[in-house]
Amino acid sequence: MTTTSPTAAPVAAPGWRRSRRRWVGWQFIGPFMAVFALVFLAPIAYSIYLSLFRTQLVGGTSFVGFENYQQALQDPLFWEGLGRVSLFLVVQVPIMLGIALLVALALDGGRLYGKSFFRISIFMPYAVPAVVASLMWGFMYGTRFGLVGNLNDLLGTSIPNPLSPDLILAAIGNIVTWEFVGYNMLIFYSALRVVPQSLYEAAEIDGATQWQVVRAIKIPAIRGALVIATIFSIIGSFQLFNEPSILQSLAPNAITTSYTPNLYAYSLSFSGQQYNYSATVAIIMGLITMVIAYVVQLRGMRKEP
Amino acid sequence: MTARHRRALRGAALLGVASLALSACSGSTDAGGGSGDAEAVDTASVLEEGGEITVWAWEPTLEDVVADFEAENPNVTVNLENVGTGNDQYTALQNAIAAGDGVPDVAQIEYYAVPQFAIAENLTDLGPLGAGELDGTFTTGPWTSVQSGDGIYGLPMDSGPMALFYNQDVFDEVGVDVPTTWDEYLEAARAIHEADPNAYIANDTGDAGFTTSMIWQAGGRPYQVDGTEMTIDFTDEGTTRFTEVWQQLIDEELLAPVSSWSDEWYQGLGDGSIATLTIGAWMPANLESGVPQAAGQWRVAEMPQWESGAHDTAENGGSSLAVPAASENAELAYAFVEYANAGDGVQTRVDGGAFPATTAELESEEFQAKEFEYFGGQQVNEVLAESAANVVEGWQYVPFQVYANSIFNDTVGQAYVSGTTLDEGLAAWQESLVAYGDEQGFTVNE
Amino acid sequence: MPATTATTPGRPAPRLRSTYRPDRPRHRRSTLTTVLTGIVLVYSLVPLVWLVVNATKTQAGLFSSFGLWFADDFALWQNVVDTLTYDDGIFLRWFGNTLLYVVLGAGGATFLAILGGYGLAKFDFPGKRWVFAIVIGAVAVPGTALAVPTFLMFSQMGLTNTPWSVIIPSLIAPFGLYLMWTFSAEAIPTELLEAARMDGSGEFRTFFRISLPLLAPGIVTVLLFTMVATWNNYFLPLIMLRDSAWYPLTLGLNAWNAQAATAGGEAIFNLVITGSLLTILPLVVAFLLLQRYWQSGLAAGSVKE
Repeated sequence: MTTTSPTAAPVAAPGWRRSRRRWVGWQFIGPFMAVFALVFLAPIAYSIYLSLFRTQLVGGTSFVGFENYQQALQDPLFWEGLGRVSLFLVVQVPIMLGIALLVALALDGGRLYGKSFFRISIFMPYAVPAVVASLMWGFMYGTRFGLVGNLNDLLGTSIPNPLSPDLILAAIGNIVTWEFVGYNMLIFYSALRVVPQSLYEAAEIDGATQWQVVRAIKIPAIRGALVIATIFSIIGSFQLFNEPSILQSLAPNAITTSYTPNLYAYSLSFSGQQYNYSATVAIIMGLITMVIAYVVQLRGMRKEP
Repeated sequence: MTARHRRALRGAALLGVASLALSACSGSTDAGGGSGDAEAVDTASVLEEGGEITVWAWEPTLEDVVADFEAENPNVTVNLENVGTGNDQYTALQNAIAAGDGVPDVAQIEYYAVPQFAIAENLTDLGPLGAGELDGTFTTGPWTSVQSGDGIYGLPMDSGPMALFYNQDVFDEVGVDVPTTWDEYLEAARAIHEADPNAYIANDTGDAGFTTSMIWQAGGRPYQVDGTEMTIDFTDEGTTRFTEVWQQLIDEELLAPVSSWSDEWYQGLGDGSIATLTIGAWMPANLESGVPQAAGQWRVAEMPQWESGAHDTAENGGSSLAVPAASENAELAYAFVEYANAGDGVQTRVDGGAFPATTAELESEEFQAKEFEYFGGQQVNEVLAESAANVVEGWQYVPFQVYANSIFNDTVGQAYVSGTTLDEGLAAWQESLVAYGDEQGFTVNE
Repeated sequence: MPATTATTPGRPAPRLRSTYRPDRPRHRRSTLTTVLTGIVLVYSLVPLVWLVVNATKTQAGLFSSFGLWFADDFALWQNVVDTLTYDDGIFLRWFGNTLLYVVLGAGGATFLAILGGYGLAKFDFPGKRWVFAIVIGAVAVPGTALAVPTFLMFSQMGLTNTPWSVIIPSLIAPFGLYLMWTFSAEAIPTELLEAARMDGSGEFRTFFRISLPLLAPGIVTVLLFTMVATWNNYFLPLIMLRDSAWYPLTLGLNAWNAQAATAGGEAIFNLVITGSLLTILPLVVAFLLLQRYWQSGLAAGSVKE
């Protein structure tokens, strides 16, 4: 696990061998890219093709050019969904990554009793399939018979219903946070483990406080891991699907079929048989996600992959 | 036969729906009387010849039916696959049809979804294969549900004439009578909730199937479909009759905010906090297996009425077995469907707890006289069979009902969680459906 | 800022970076840190405790007892036996399927990620700059909308409803690729590869004989992540598989859960919960085992100064 740019240190080769050697790298990345082309690029290309057509239950298929895109960009359901996941992104991702970073620093700092127990336990929720996690939390959220209900009865409190339309996004955020804190924690922790000891020794000689060490050494040292975790979290937020889709059966009115753009694309495709429009929504979401991920990467790293 | 041919003419006059894969019958110029026999499947020889068919169904009692069928017809192999319940299976079916590969020979399709597959010409017209001779075999509700235009696109497997399932203990404790009209139902709802703030007369968080069935019973006809032309109107008298009463139940918070089929729901049915279910006749088996702790407490009565003394009911749920157009073994597939839904399979399934759609079984003394231990010895089937005979006629679904139901909670469902009223919700639903129908090439009037 | 020298960009210190820091406390253990991290720990574990507690209950017990405590009847063993034998022991079949998918899918994904990451880190080749950008870009397109195109393509190839339709898409682990890229860049000294080339060793021979052992700790990490991803794979199998004999555990559990919502179906919530527990258990065990390798591997993989 690394600290900074992974692009460092390509092999220099003598001139005459260079042309042949140029392609050696492809022998290594080739297998990955071949499968990748099959399961990602080809379906995406197919989706782009689909997005240019319209199929009707009565009337068949016709070429419509960019009409689907026009429609999507004016579709309030799409923008509402996008707004919702953006809010989710802005609130949930910092909380999740913040907790993960704090725990990773606590584990790395060696100031913790029972460290390996903490590490494995906090990572454990990652082992729980999203399907099971949502079912479990869905049960606990129940205000009548669930844990929330039990607590209300027991303590005489009135915790509001987490499955109500006002709170459902927070309820989903809680499930996602629960699932992925440990995962991100492990990534940060792994990155921290390979920060060279000599840096700390230098800091100790200079008399730096623990907090100064964190700010001046540890955070910069794992910046690469922070940026990549942020990018994957952004993608995850924009593609929010599993948790709302499973909670939908418990809160059908709070989670509409266009609750997130991904859920919208799913409903269009699977309930409405609007494959073309669904593909359009997916392509637009992909583009938006890419742009944001790119901006984050540019801002997060100076000179990066 | 004549009835079918008249339908054929009407269908052809409408739009190109008649151009189905198996156009041999309806497109035939020979209107002679004997043609039906020549075209119908010679079931015996098809079965003798044998072969292999794949059946996609989630109905649990079919397992025994398949076993019996295979035992009786040693040359036939039936692969029964549970691909998922309802929507999951339709998705799979649509995907397989789109891919032109892996389409089953027989598929379970709920009544509300039949028109959607029929209009897309995805199903075989079973009329020429022998279903045309089954008039009178099934009760009217299910039998009309499997017909679209001039074709018969499935055989009814079970039916869900509605009845009022109620927890006798709750009514005894509160001291109210079991309601026979919806006005009484509203009164009972108030009494039950007043006696125990945690108890409700029913749960409802907005359910498309339930709401449409209620409108059906109230005499509403929001969907009027004629080929690809249709009217969608949720403001007719029957509809408002229903919303008036139901809106009061919602406003006074007399409905438990628990979604059907969730674990909370099963729990509520077991501990008396959900006192009634107005639901299809297939419910007893689910109560027996899912709510064993309330054995002996539940009873069944006629569905509450809109007018005192009336006996109107509606269908709720139920499904058919259909033969996809892409099946390469449609004759054998039909032979199985007929065995399961109109032949010996029916009794097997009734014994397994299913509620039949065939008049013979429904009217049989043995069926009606069966005492259900779970229901305190009540002869439940008598009430349910009566309901089957009283289903209000003339109901139709739109040919994109699967989509329609999927957005029900986006629109009507909002009435359960916000200040929107049911009428406003239904108006929003109507608007979305009209827009969708137009977009899909239908002619939709409001 | 005493330690700023450490973050000077371009500092040639790859060997330093990968130095393993022994796991010893440099500071006194802190009760406050322990308590704060403990809160995260409780948050992580409560739902799992719920799962374990409720796996001990009968169907009736589930509905009549407090969620976080045991019911009067202790039915764990009966539940386990029922889960394993229900419907002619289909659960064991699903378990076997999941194992197959994990061994081939996660194993293959890890292998492709190692090859690709190594190629990216240690070679310059045409198009290299674009590889990761394309991977991230493609991952940004919501998968639910790609499901139908993928299904149609796989159907053309005759792959649907076969184990391959689950395994092939599992072979792509974008995050694994990134991890192996950064890890290879750090853990394998370029001088070592140069030396091997001088000796006339082929690139793949060098990779297997010299580089692979150095990558061991990174491999274990990637394997951990791909294993979890494959084990919990849900959406794509749902689209691809029709025959329940090929279901992985997640799909099987979902089918059991759906039974409660089927006319005439048998509600088996207790088996769904026990089945969920049994599904998670092997992963937890794998975590515990792999964690050791991961720790010692990290030490073995480090390059001594």
